[in-house]
Amino acid sequence: MLRYILRRLGASVVLLLVVTLMTFVIFYVVPRLAGRTTEQLATMYVGRAPTEAAIQATIQRLNLDQPLVLQFWEFVKGIVVGAEYTFGNDVVQCSAPCFGYSFQTYQEVFPAILDRLPVTFSLGLGAAVLWLLGGVAVGVVSAVKKGSIFDRISMGLALAAVSLPIFFTGQLALAFLVHDWDLFPNARYTPFTEDPVAWASGLMLPWLTLAFLHAAQYARQTRAGMLETMGEDYIRTARAKGLKESRVILKHALRPALTPILTIFGLDVGMVLGGAVLTEQVYSLNGIGRYAVTAIVQSDLPVILGVTLFGAFFIVLCNLAVDLLYPLVDPRVRAAR
Amino acid sequence: MTAPLDAPESAQHAEPEAIARGRRDTESRSLTQIAWRRLRQDRVALGGGAFVALLILVAVFAPLLTAWFGHPPNQFHQDLIDPATQGVLKDPDDPWSGIDPTGGMSAEHLLGLEPVNGRDLFSRIVYGARISLLVAFLSTLLCVVIGTVLGIVAGYLGGWVDTVISRAMDIFLAFPLLLFAIALAGVIPDDAFGLSDNALRIAVLVFIIGFFSWPYIGRIVRGQTLSLREREFVEAARSMGAGTGYILFREILPNLVAPILVYATLLIPTNILFEAALSFLGVGVNPPTPTWGGMLSESLAYYTVAPHFVIIPGLAIFVTVLAFNLFGDGLRDAFDPRSSD
Repeated sequence: MLRYILRRLGASVVLLLVVTLMTFVIFYVVPRLAGRTTEQLATMYVGRAPTEAAIQATIQRLNLDQPLVLQFWEFVKGIVVGAEYTFGNDVVQCSAPCFGYSFQTYQEVFPAILDRLPVTFSLGLGAAVLWLLGGVAVGVVSAVKKGSIFDRISMGLALAAVSLPIFFTGQLALAFLVHDWDLFPNARYTPFTEDPVAWASGLMLPWLTLAFLHAAQYARQTRAGMLETMGEDYIRTARAKGLKESRVILKHALRPALTPILTIFGLDVGMVLGGAVLTEQVYSLNGIGRYAVTAIVQSDLPVILGVTLFGAFFIVLCNLAVDLLYPLVDPRVRAAR
Repeated sequence: MTAPLDAPESAQHAEPEAIARGRRDTESRSLTQIAWRRLRQDRVALGGGAFVALLILVAVFAPLLTAWFGHPPNQFHQDLIDPATQGVLKDPDDPWSGIDPTGGMSAEHLLGLEPVNGRDLFSRIVYGARISLLVAFLSTLLCVVIGTVLGIVAGYLGGWVDTVISRAMDIFLAFPLLLFAIALAGVIPDDAFGLSDNALRIAVLVFIIGFFSWPYIGRIVRGQTLSLREREFVEAARSMGAGTGYILFREILPNLVAPILVYATLLIPTNILFEAALSFLGVGVNPPTPTWGGMLSESLAYYTVAPHFVIIPGLAIFVTVLAFNLFGDGLRDAFDPRSSD
């Protein structure tokens, strides 16, 4: 068991390094491949009104004139121990974990991300609970009542939902449910600690739209998994023993079907916590994802870089969490290692 | 849900016919023939396929279609727009007539007009199909090439090669795709790699989508190769002295065509959604080139005065993606050896 945990931890560290390397490649190597010179590359990180001195300072700071290995080393070092930024005569200390410094807003990126984190967290976690419970419940009922009206309608809806983009359903909801019919309040974020009711009601619509699209995949997956396990011999054994049908379904048939669900769930939650870019953009919620999208418009590269790294870290973290939860859900994993 | 559950009628007809025509029909049918027979009986899948074919025609003949209906996709019709709300006027001759709830749909403008500039929506949807399909097809092709080569090599060679490639697939699936895509689109200058403008943007989109989505195909190809490499025909080829390259691409690859085809078909709709999302976020092709995702991003400011501007591009994406999904599901069921004829 301990070996399993250590191996998963090791794998996560490797994944973190690879993701960091990938981010580094995107931001420092791809522009060069696309034909930018060192000066032009530095200009992208200087921000408004680049002076010759500022550009030279940036080249020094990011080691852009040094070999790539050294640049990557400095990049990682900045994240781990922090970095110093000079512009003009000022020196700004960017403490660890330093994800960069936005020269558009004159802000450190990491604290700015932390400021927006509660929005993304509230949105992502609320929706995740809804889509997991809703999707699995619909999947179970569909599998048990295979071929029924409920099964047909819910699977039809699920097929439609996996074909719908959230920036379409979200706007439909805004145009009709909010504007025309006044069924929901407009999406807005109120801190939970300030007013829990306003928090929930303001996020209800984003939660429902985000959960609806995701739940479809879970319903389909649960149904398929359940149909497979329901045909196994041990289900017949369980029934022959005279177990109650509800117990057979929930304890014997559902549990193995949940293993693949857990994997997808880990990935999805990681992605959403790393910035529910599309949802935040549609509903104008100032979370991490929207921070990155706004940064594109202003060509504020350090912000995009920071959010990308942060999002990647979350995905790695959620994957690790899933790996560590696996033995609890699937006894075979426990036995194997 | 698209598989016919009960035995199709023609399967029952087949027997007496076979007897009547003598021994020739007792020949075994190839998997492709069986799949084709099944697919022809799957109406839902055929409907999806027909829509896809129609859409491809629409995209190819976009200039012809828009010339026919008379409006270039970037032509402004601001005389039809209410200057106060930016919505489409009910009566173009009366600036006080208020907003037309249908968005100006008429024989002249089949799908109505865009708010603000009043560009013809029909033309823009038709031209948008070009970008959508082009990017989706090319990026799927890239996925198939990378995924097939790496999957087949990993599955056949095994050992450390397999370990490295399989780990790479896991890692690629764990990337924050959308964020990487935004970042990549942000750092690439306006002209690079000898390309510029839309050609460059399309190349970047294809590369981003293809480069990050290949593991879906790679995993399937690897799995299939694992079982194929133990088969007699591979052993026969090996004992006759065939090289690894020959075995991989001449012996094994032809057996993988069906699964690759099926999963490529199912990857296209995912890639259409991906392209639409990138265009929605403003990192797709440059305006004024019409894209469905781009229209949905413009509509965000006007959904109260012009809900049709949300509905029409949204439906275009939805119906297209659904059609591809239905066709792909049907194809998968048809090629699935486990489902009975």
